Amino acid sequence: MKSDHPDVKWIEEPKLGLAGKMYLPLFVQGLTTTTKHLFSRKVTVDYPEVRPKIDNPLIYRGVHRLNKDAEGRVKCVACFLCATACPAHCIDIVGIESPWPDREKYPQSFTIDELRCIYCGMCEEACPVDAIELTSLFDLTGRSREEMIFDKEKLLSVYDQTKDAEPMMSDSLGGTL
Amino acid sequence: MPTVYIDGIEVQLAEGERANGIQAAERAGIEIPHYCWHPGLTVVASCRMCLVETGTRDPQSGEVKMLPKLVPACQTPAGDNTVFVTNSDKVKQARSIVEEDLLIRHPIDCPICDKAGECDLQDYHFKYGQDERRADVRPFTSRRRDVGDTVTLFVDRCVMCTRCVRFTREISGTSELFVAHRGSHEEIEVFPGYPLDNKMAGNVVDLCPVGALGDKDFLYRQRVWMMKAHDGVCTGCSTGCSIEVEENQDTVYRLKPRENPHINEWWMCDEGRYGFHHVHSDRRLTNVERIEDGETVLLEWTQVLPEIDERFRQAGRLGAALSPHLTVEEAYLLAKYVRSIDPEAVVVLGPVPVEGQDESFKNGFTIRAEKCPNRRGVEEVVRHFSDGVPTLEELIANVEAGVVQAAWISGGYKNDWIDDAKAERLAPVSCLVVQDLFGSPLLDRARYRLPGAAFAERAGSYVNHVDRLQSVDWAIRPPAGVRVEGGVYWQLLQGQRMFKARGVLEEVAREIPFFAAAANEVGPLGVDLKAGSAVEKAVTG
Repeated sequence: MKSDHPDVKWIEEPKLGLAGKMYLPLFVQGLTTTTKHLFSRKVTVDYPEVRPKIDNPLIYRGVHRLNKDAEGRVKCVACFLCATACPAHCIDIVGIESPWPDREKYPQSFTIDELRCIYCGMCEEACPVDAIELTSLFDLTGRSREEMIFDKEKLLSVYDQTKDAEPMMSDSLGGTL
Repeated sequence: MPTVYIDGIEVQLAEGERANGIQAAERAGIEIPHYCWHPGLTVVASCRMCLVETGTRDPQSGEVKMLPKLVPACQTPAGDNTVFVTNSDKVKQARSIVEEDLLIRHPIDCPICDKAGECDLQDYHFKYGQDERRADVRPFTSRRRDVGDTVTLFVDRCVMCTRCVRFTREISGTSELFVAHRGSHEEIEVFPGYPLDNKMAGNVVDLCPVGALGDKDFLYRQRVWMMKAHDGVCTGCSTGCSIEVEENQDTVYRLKPRENPHINEWWMCDEGRYGFHHVHSDRRLTNVERIEDGETVLLEWTQVLPEIDERFRQAGRLGAALSPHLTVEEAYLLAKYVRSIDPEAVVVLGPVPVEGQDESFKNGFTIRAEKCPNRRGVEEVVRHFSDGVPTLEELIANVEAGVVQAAWISGGYKNDWIDDAKAERLAPVSCLVVQDLFGSPLLDRARYRLPGAAFAERAGSYVNHVDRLQSVDWAIRPPAGVRVEGGVYWQLLQGQRMFKARGVLEEVAREIPFFAAAANEVGPLGVDLKAGSAVEKAVTG
């Protein structure tokens, strides 16, 4: 866009008032803010000794999990919609015919590269069966890049780990239980 | 010339041309949705999706008389002064009713349906359907049964367009499929003990406008929107069907026929359709090797080419066998290379694989016994460099006479192409270079083993059995370690910049009169080399 473009609106710099010209009043004003924060409640915590409090774990975007249905099977139907929606291309799925009569296909393998993921939550949005969800686990560590590529078993174990604290999207939230 | 009016747009048809409402509208850039109509099949007008208003225009007064009811555009011929209205409220309402009816019991399993993304029902629903579903039936799964070894039927996804049934009756002529039951109980079925197993069966999957017929080879492997389609030529036989190679990240997932009225119309055979799995075979050669005194030495391409070049220059008499799997450009470059070193080099046509007999179907579609794409093209290249078309036998005879000292044999065959005895007769060549996809008795006797490219990795032109030349670009990159023949020969010839098939083809067209018609841009349908040379003869004569 050029500077003479009709959409460019030119505005004047505001003129300094008397207080601004005298410098000191604004200086005091700034220092007051600094001093106030010295004595107010602290927002930082002594991590990792102290865990930060997450306001609503249900909407937090941390490590992914793969949900299980009532019979303990993976809920995912391998439709690739999360992989399609993923802007970071971190999801890799291999679909295969399912052994169950009520399901056409299921993922033979389902891997997420947690290092490549940008935790935008688009996969969760896209999933038609609420199989993939982001949990409130945020402190993800590993010793190698390979370790950070989560496979199906790992993602299902995240579900077992978090299912009590963070129940699956219920019907009331538009989920498909 | 007959004039047709579609939504007020005038369309000129050629004199005596037969077109229906859908085709005429397509000419005007207007889409009339349809399920049951297909240009390659008979008209049944059963889906009612293409209902439009029609009438005639009085050429004198310009007055238009419309028919009071809606008619199917597929069944209404577009003649002189025919008027079609495709965007009136009446038409729109009719379409949305048809859509609603089809979707009442259609399973809402688009996320797991392989057709999603290229499904007519899905597309038309968004374009012409109703915003809200009034039916409270919400089926999620579809009953499924196999109708043949390669095709599976999702019964409840079917919209009863009967394209597949008509295909088996009119095109393949095998009539395996039929409609069982009546009314809302209609289902596509096969007779017990007579599965859909003809050699063109795969086409019913392409024909199916919804996800009812699934290809078991492709089922669940990839979503259609993730793949990129590249124009290609089927290399299964010398018919050379126009195809689309659909790949994602250098893996070919399926081949589909590409419409070409001169060759395959809308169809292709299953042999070609499923004949791409060798491209991703584990058995493919990927190492450049030199065998010296029984020892295998791994080499890099950058080392091996100058080395071979040097040996060839010292060898004396050279030989080259051009495989009918090479493109015209590649065959030409290899022949030109050996001739540039040794002007008397023996250039022969490699073995042409022939299996069984030609197989024709009811509509005339033929699967050729000659299982290579480019016998004609390579033959003409060989003819340019040699007298007549010598075969591998001739090269072997020269080897046995002790004439040929070094030879370059190009392979690229899917199956075994040379036996032990023949390979043994070629063994005396002191510098034998074999470039192939898979191991063979000849490869075991080679001094230099070079991995070759598969069809989807090549760029170039193929000439089919009736001398139609088609040019294609590469669809996927070759596996690590493999270099495509064209680039290799180009480098051996010290070609400047990169190998560009188009530039080489222009040179071929200049040098070899047979290819003269390919001098100008070759379109997606290819050019007829016979017609081209006939035109040239007329000009010069």
